[in-house]
Amino acid sequence: MLLEQIINGITLGSIYAIVALGFTLVFGVLGIINMAHGEIFMFGAFIGVTVTSTLGLPIWMAFLAAIAATAILGYLLEQFALRPLRGKKGVSHLAPLISTIGVSIFLENLSHHLFGAGNHPFKSSFAEIHYTIGSITIYLVQILIFVISVILMIALSYWLSKTKAGKALRATAENLETASILGVNTKQIITLTVIIASAMGGIAGILVGMAFNSVNPQMGLSIGLKGLAIIILGGMGNVKGAMAGGLILGLAETFIVAYGDSGYRDAIAFIAIIVILLIRPQGLFGKKTSEGRP
Amino acid sequence: MTLLKVSGIETYYGKIQALKGVSLDVEQGKIVTILGANGAGKTTTMKTIAGLLKPKSGTVEFLGENITGLRPDQLVKRGISLVPEGRAILSGMTVMENLEMGAYQRNDKEIAKDLEDVMQRFPILKERKNQLGGTLSGGQQQMLAIARALLSRPKLLLLDEPSMGLAPLIVADIFKIIKEIKDSGTTVLVVEQNARQALKIADYGYVLETGKVIVHGPSHELLEDPRIMEAYLGKKSE
Repeated sequence: MLLEQIINGITLGSIYAIVALGFTLVFGVLGIINMAHGEIFMFGAFIGVTVTSTLGLPIWMAFLAAIAATAILGYLLEQFALRPLRGKKGVSHLAPLISTIGVSIFLENLSHHLFGAGNHPFKSSFAEIHYTIGSITIYLVQILIFVISVILMIALSYWLSKTKAGKALRATAENLETASILGVNTKQIITLTVIIASAMGGIAGILVGMAFNSVNPQMGLSIGLKGLAIIILGGMGNVKGAMAGGLILGLAETFIVAYGDSGYRDAIAFIAIIVILLIRPQGLFGKKTSEGRP
Repeated sequence: MTLLKVSGIETYYGKIQALKGVSLDVEQGKIVTILGANGAGKTTTMKTIAGLLKPKSGTVEFLGENITGLRPDQLVKRGISLVPEGRAILSGMTVMENLEMGAYQRNDKEIAKDLEDVMQRFPILKERKNQLGGTLSGGQQQMLAIARALLSRPKLLLLDEPSMGLAPLIVADIFKIIKEIKDSGTTVLVVEQNARQALKIADYGYVLETGKVIVHGPSHELLEDPRIMEAYLGKKSE
C-alpha cells in the first residue's frame, strides 16, 4: 500500500530529522561533528525502557526522565570533553571530534555495563492500538511519533527565529567573535546548544524505541551515522536541511524496503551522501561558501 | 575625566609581539584617534581593549576599574562597544535582527524606541530591515555596524577603520556620523588609515609605529607637525 508506506516513511523520517537536528545545532555552533550524539540518543532510549518497562511508569514520565538525563549528559560532554580543548594553543581543530568519539565509546560500554548487551523491548501500554481506515492501518505510536516530532521542530524553529537566546545561538553559529562583541556570553550559548541538542537526542531515543520496540547499546552507532548522512544531505549546520534530509531519508528507506531490496535499506543513506557530494557538495539547503571556517 | 586608561599593554600573537607597551588615555566626551601604517598595531590595540585579545602585561582601566582580561560580553555590559575592522555584519540574519543583537544585553523598555530612532537616523536600514545583512553594500553595512553598536548604549564606542573600502562620498558620511555620535555624548576611539580626515574630527591623536606610540598630541598640533605630515598624511597638497 503506497499510502501506508508513505505514513511509515514519514514516521521514520521525522525521527531521523530530530536526530539530525541535534547534530546540526552542535555543528553550527562548534563546527564539529558530535560523534557521541548517537550514544546520547541511545541513553535516552534506555532511560525510556527503564522508566516504562522496569518501573512501569507512564510514557510522559519516560520523556521527562530521558530529557533530564540526556541534558545532563550534554552538559558533562561540553564541560569535560569539549571545553578543555577549546581555544587552546596547539590543539588541533580535530581534537574535539576525537574526544567525542572517546565519549561515544565510553557511553556505549557504560550502557553494556548498566543495561546488558541484549535487546530490550520497549513496552508501552498502547503499542498495539491501531486504526484501520479502509485498507490502511495506522498505529497510535506512529501518530504520536509524528506529532511529537512536528511539535519539536516547530518549537525549535520558533525558538531560533523569535527568541533572544535563539538569535544569540544563530549569531554565535555564524561568528563567535562577532557574537561576543555584541555582548553574547558565547560560552553559555555553546553549553546551552549542546544541552538542547542532547535532550533532542534523548527524545529521539524514546521515539525510536517506541517505533521499533527494541533498544540496545549498539543502536547509537547506526543512527549516529545516519544523522551524519542527513546533515551532509541537507547542508551542514542547516536546520531546515536537517528536517528535510530526515524526511527524505526516512521515505527513501521505507520505499526501498517495500518496493526494492530490503538489504539495501541501510545503504541508502550512504548512497545519498555520495550522490549529493557529487552534484551539490554544500547539501540541499547549504549555501556555497568560498571561505572555510576559521 | 579619563574614561579609558591604557597603560603599557603588550600583546602577542603566539611568539610575535604586536604591542610593545602601548599607553593611551581617552577623555570622556572626546574623539580620540589612533593612526599608523599597516602592521603598526592599531587593530591589535582595539582588540585588546575590547577583550578579544588578552595582553601579556599592562592594564586597561575603564572608569577607574581594572578591566584587563575581561571577556567582550562583560565589557559590553560596562559600556564598551566595538565595531571591528571589516564590520562583522551577521550576514545570515536580517538587518533588523542585527540591530536587535546590538541591544542583546539590554532589558529596559526603551529598546523599541531606540530601534525606531536608529532607523530614523539611517533610513536605508529601515527600508532594508527584512533583508539579510549580507546583501547590503559596504557603506550600508558600515552604517548597520555603527547603528548596531550604538544600540547597546555604549559609553565608549571603538571604531576600527570605519572608512576602509568605502567610496569617498560615503567616507565623508561616516565621518559626519562619528562627529554626531560624539555630539550626542558618546566618547569615540577611532582607528584610521585616513589620517587627515580622522584628525579633522578628532580632539586628540596617537600615532603608532611597530607596536609603540611614537607621537601623541592634540589633533591640530599633529595636523601641523611636519614629520607626521610627511610620514602619514602624504605631502601637503593645498
